[in-house]
Amino acid sequence: MTLVSGWGRFPVVDTDLLRPRSFEAVGDAVADVTGSVARGNGRAYGDAAIGAARTVGMTGFDRIRSFDPATGRIRLEAGVLLADLIDTFGPRGFLPFVVPGTRFVSVGGAIASDVHGKNHHCEGGFGRYLDSILLRTGEGETIEVSREQNSDAFFATVGGMGLTGVILEATIRLRPVETGWIRERVISASDLDAAMRALDAGDTATYSVAWIDCAARGRSLGRSLIYLGEHANKDELADGADAFPVGKDPGLSVPIDMPSMTLNRYSIRAFNELYYRMGARRAGGSHVVSLYPYFFPLDSLSDWNRIYGKRGFLQHQCVIPEAGARAVLGDILERVARRGDASFLAVLKKLGQGDGLMSFPLPGYTLALDFPVNGDILDFLDEIDRLVVAAGGRLYLAKDARQSRTTFEAGYPALRRFNAIRKSLDPNGNIRSKLSQRLFDEV
Amino acid sequence: MTSRKSVLVLGGSSDIGRAAARAFAKAGYDVGLAGRDVAALDPDAADLRTRYSVEVGVYRFDVLDTAAFEGFVGSLPTLPDVVISIVGLLGTQESAQSDLAHATTIMRSNYEGPSLILGLFAEKFLGRGSGTLVGVSSVAGDRGRASNYVYGSAKAGFSGFLSGLRARASRGGVHVVTVKPGFVRTKMTEGMKLIGPLTVEAPVVGDAILRAVENKTDVVYVSGKWRLVMLIIKTLPEAVFKKLKF
Repeated sequence: MTLVSGWGRFPVVDTDLLRPRSFEAVGDAVADVTGSVARGNGRAYGDAAIGAARTVGMTGFDRIRSFDPATGRIRLEAGVLLADLIDTFGPRGFLPFVVPGTRFVSVGGAIASDVHGKNHHCEGGFGRYLDSILLRTGEGETIEVSREQNSDAFFATVGGMGLTGVILEATIRLRPVETGWIRERVISASDLDAAMRALDAGDTATYSVAWIDCAARGRSLGRSLIYLGEHANKDELADGADAFPVGKDPGLSVPIDMPSMTLNRYSIRAFNELYYRMGARRAGGSHVVSLYPYFFPLDSLSDWNRIYGKRGFLQHQCVIPEAGARAVLGDILERVARRGDASFLAVLKKLGQGDGLMSFPLPGYTLALDFPVNGDILDFLDEIDRLVVAAGGRLYLAKDARQSRTTFEAGYPALRRFNAIRKSLDPNGNIRSKLSQRLFDEV
Repeated sequence: MTSRKSVLVLGGSSDIGRAAARAFAKAGYDVGLAGRDVAALDPDAADLRTRYSVEVGVYRFDVLDTAAFEGFVGSLPTLPDVVISIVGLLGTQESAQSDLAHATTIMRSNYEGPSLILGLFAEKFLGRGSGTLVGVSSVAGDRGRASNYVYGSAKAGFSGFLSGLRARASRGGVHVVTVKPGFVRTKMTEGMKLIGPLTVEAPVVGDAILRAVENKTDVVYVSGKWRLVMLIIKTLPEAVFKKLKF
């Protein structure tokens, strides 16, 4: 048995962790016990990629099978990391259509979470660029699923948190790009209304996201920096610049668990003040930045999860439907600011319609916050959840470690249908994660 | 015909073999992958072709079938520039103590086979006047330990063979690299308790092999810490060493 946790390092769970080397061995690993789930690179924050009894590590399956430069279609094993795809195909003029805030997620994990990027409002999520999946069901069958073939299983697997079976391979489409650079425009917004207006105005931008200073209160509540981005063409690059920037390995790392004292309302407020002012100075004009800092600002600091100390941290990411979002977001931010120990920076962005049955996105605004695990944080987050549920919103399963069954059921009305599809693929319930046990499996 | 350099990886489906093949392909080498199960090598060959646009060949090679070695070398379409032997078998020390067949397999897989095949390539390379041979040995060969001396002694033999071959071949323009990886997280070490700070992932070994070939290094401890650890272990007096639970 091995102690395993998600990226938030909470909860820590004892599980039988296997790393099979062949698809047959994956099958055996799933067949021998009741309650296993696949795990990619461990970037889900909570308990989604930890099996009820056994966890099947998939990072060894990192072969690329074929690539067609005419269509951008690529067939690959589920353990390939997006970082690997970007490094290999970026210089050849192709990037994934959708990337989340870290490039160290596996393709299997990106499908299972139907991850969204800064372009969800206009281009949708990872699942939209997915053609087919080779799935190993809990019943022992290996099936190809797509929009046309086994389509129920396809739409349940996109965003299905690995609960329909083990994703072995996938065919996805890459985006042709001229360069690996992004033309970025920064807008500073002095409060939440301005931030939401700026995001609405950015609807036509390919990429948009807002970093909120969640220590700011009163008239500055919700003040933020909005980053809009477009893929840069070759003629927009400085003379002599390479069309594709070099992606450095994370240079800095957090070597130890930081003492919990380091993060307090004063240090957070000071950091946010500085960040906001530095960003506001750049606001206005547009400039060209490498895709790495634009898409993956935190990847340059490896093991950044240790900043939150040994007890770990919780991420709370909700989405609130557009109507009434202003009031609820204001209320949440007010409570967070009053509390004082929230994350360095919160992220606010607009989402469009999700593609999978259990995909997180719905048309509205998503707010992501980090909290160190301490004192009454669980009660506080329950309080926030009640606001989310009342507004018809939901929480992102890839980041969740603690929501209640009630919150979950209110947010995901497709659950019954999802469970019916699971049942048909896996009548004995062999595939179960700590997350599914916590939120919806019969105990 | 290409003017690119080429590498042949014996034990191409092992974790270190895959990592080494990727490191060399990324650097522009054409690759030959050799192993017992040719079908298992095909996905890796496709992966290398797709990623790096290099030529990849797949060949059957069984390290225990020494009678087939000359035929194997003769059947290769070209004589590669670099040959890497990653083949090895950890086996089970406890069984090897009483099961002679198992002990023999460990000895042959780690010493006899790898030495003979690299020796054959050495003759070809010396005839041509160029080439690099890489043997992946083990820190376990630096001193026999109670817990794995059957494996360790075979690796010691292999290290000794490589050392002598290096001395001879260097005069003929052929370079020999000995790699001692230490603990690597691979299928061979799955389930073993490895000491975190002394353990590396397979790609680190792959990159280290490429660097050693290009820099003409003689003996590589993949993690520098191992050189120190093994220096201490090698210099302990036998009277002290035999009392250690190690």
